[in-house]
Amino acid sequence: MSFHPSMDYGRGHHKSARALPEEGPAFAFTADRRATLEDICSRYPAEQRKSAVIAALYLAQAQQGYITRNAMRHVAEVIRCTPAEVEDVVTFYTMFYTRPVGRHVLQVCRTLSCALMGAERVTEELSKTLGIRPGETDAKGEFTLLEVECLGACDRAPVVGVNDHWHECQAPDAVRALVEGLRANGEAAVTGCHLDVESRTK
Amino acid sequence: MEPVLTKYVREAGGQTLDFYVKTGGYQALRKALAMTPDEVIDAVKASGLRGRGGAGFPTGMKWQFVDKKSPRPKYICCNADESEPGTFKDHVLMERNPHLLFEGCLIGCHAIGAKVAYIYIRGEFYHVQQVLEAELARARAAGYVGRNIMGTGFDCEIYVHRGAGAYEAGEETALIESLEGKRAQPRLKPPFPAVAGLYGCPTAVNNVETLCNVPLIIERGPEWFAALGPEKNGGPKLFCISGHVKRPGTYEASMHTTLKELIYSDEFAGGIRGGHQLKGVIPGGSSVPVLLPDQIDVPASFDGIARAGSMLGSAGIIVMDETTCMVWAAENLLYFYRHESCGKCTPCREGGDWLHRILGKIERGDGQMKDLDLLLSVAGNMMGKTLCAFGDAAATPVLSTVKTFRAEYEAHIREGRCTVPAPWRAATRALAAH
Repeated sequence: MSFHPSMDYGRGHHKSARALPEEGPAFAFTADRRATLEDICSRYPAEQRKSAVIAALYLAQAQQGYITRNAMRHVAEVIRCTPAEVEDVVTFYTMFYTRPVGRHVLQVCRTLSCALMGAERVTEELSKTLGIRPGETDAKGEFTLLEVECLGACDRAPVVGVNDHWHECQAPDAVRALVEGLRANGEAAVTGCHLDVESRTK
Repeated sequence: MEPVLTKYVREAGGQTLDFYVKTGGYQALRKALAMTPDEVIDAVKASGLRGRGGAGFPTGMKWQFVDKKSPRPKYICCNADESEPGTFKDHVLMERNPHLLFEGCLIGCHAIGAKVAYIYIRGEFYHVQQVLEAELARARAAGYVGRNIMGTGFDCEIYVHRGAGAYEAGEETALIESLEGKRAQPRLKPPFPAVAGLYGCPTAVNNVETLCNVPLIIERGPEWFAALGPEKNGGPKLFCISGHVKRPGTYEASMHTTLKELIYSDEFAGGIRGGHQLKGVIPGGSSVPVLLPDQIDVPASFDGIARAGSMLGSAGIIVMDETTCMVWAAENLLYFYRHESCGKCTPCREGGDWLHRILGKIERGDGQMKDLDLLLSVAGNMMGKTLCAFGDAAATPVLSTVKTFRAEYEAHIREGRCTVPAPWRAATRALAAH
């Protein structure tokens, strides 16, 4: 155990737990996804298929929405590594979900540049509008709200990741419009990434 | 300075192969392939190009260190992880000028004897990956990438490799680990990647902006490049300005330009947003010490900012006005470092958590004066005691803000509340069940 002589440890320290994802239904890649994965594997030396593990997990997530233990076993089989090595990767990177998420995963950047521009308020408003806290999914499975670390769009702050896309310059008082837009038009409601700074700033 | 890296980024279709070739693209590659690898390295060395990822290490030297006598394959890994808070320049280059990056990768491969370059892009840049893959396919079809490039007999492949969300993957050996399909955790050095990098082979890891400068050096000559900036700080530089300024964005300038000009000039960020005063500037991404308003009249160069007591780092300039509570800012950053620590080294994994807890206590108004010494003690025990620079990066915001804004910390403790209530903050915090 690590120790500092004058640190008030309080409660909640050193709680390391291995949270296993659910078993889930039987899993195997569709033929298309399997072919895509083999194409990706061909980018690495033949004995280095493990380099494609992240790509394989993205494909599994695209197929099933989130990563289960059965999916991890299948990925291990296809990549030819151990399920433990796959779990090692799944539990390290933030972009793999081990629980079901909503159709729209809203990821509010909370790091300094976005926070300076009101990201805390964006999260607060989203939380109010959707009736869920960060880390939760609404009852209908429409939205998941997450707080994430710097997305690298600091000049277009606050930025909200919507699934794989970006919604930029999100004003706290325009949150309802984003939510309604996503409900009505799906990802078409997202501004996307654009670099034309001039037109957006006064 | 006339922009060169970002000259066409606002042009419609500026990212396409046709446009790139029409504006003189891939001519530097042709020129480089007619030179020997050593001549290319000598040109890059003569230009004085320093790595744009954060450390500012001379690129020519990095390439020279690559073990060319090794019988194993060599690799270029392009670091497109761009995860340092406040940094968003490589994003612009990749999305709007991808062929310049490809050309830089190819010239780099020629220089170190590599046949493959991997562009490791962060998982959150999905839309950028789409652009890269599409343009890469065009370049391959046109014979600029792949076998017998431009009929010269040079074979070289470029692949895009997407990460999945990890700040640590921006560290060069952690990037290599991640590329090998493992957790992004740093390696013990030596051996350095130049000797044993990707798959144990000699590897050069270079930032996107660094590689983008290489074709310019080959095309226009090392003298042109060096003359653009102060001594040892040559070339064009991209600056990312965010926070409380009128016009946040990516700006290209020479490193003669001062930090003050970048923030206040109408040519750049245009000054502090309406009616507010500058309080502090973090000049090189969240991991570097904060500068005060009277410290920013210095060249925004590696050496200029070092003289002012901070670092140019990744040139992510975060500007804060007087509504910003510095205890809160430090807490915000330590939340980041605590979350992103890869967990390999104890001082960083535990220290980051401790610092965040103590800062949270002070920010909430539950702090005691002795906590300030504790902060300095914990942070001091992280500096220089970890495998990679992450430990130093996490300790710096604390050491720097306690030193520079000690009175503000003391006021929090004395009054038992945050003394700088910002209108842009949420009324209630800690909504999350993290």
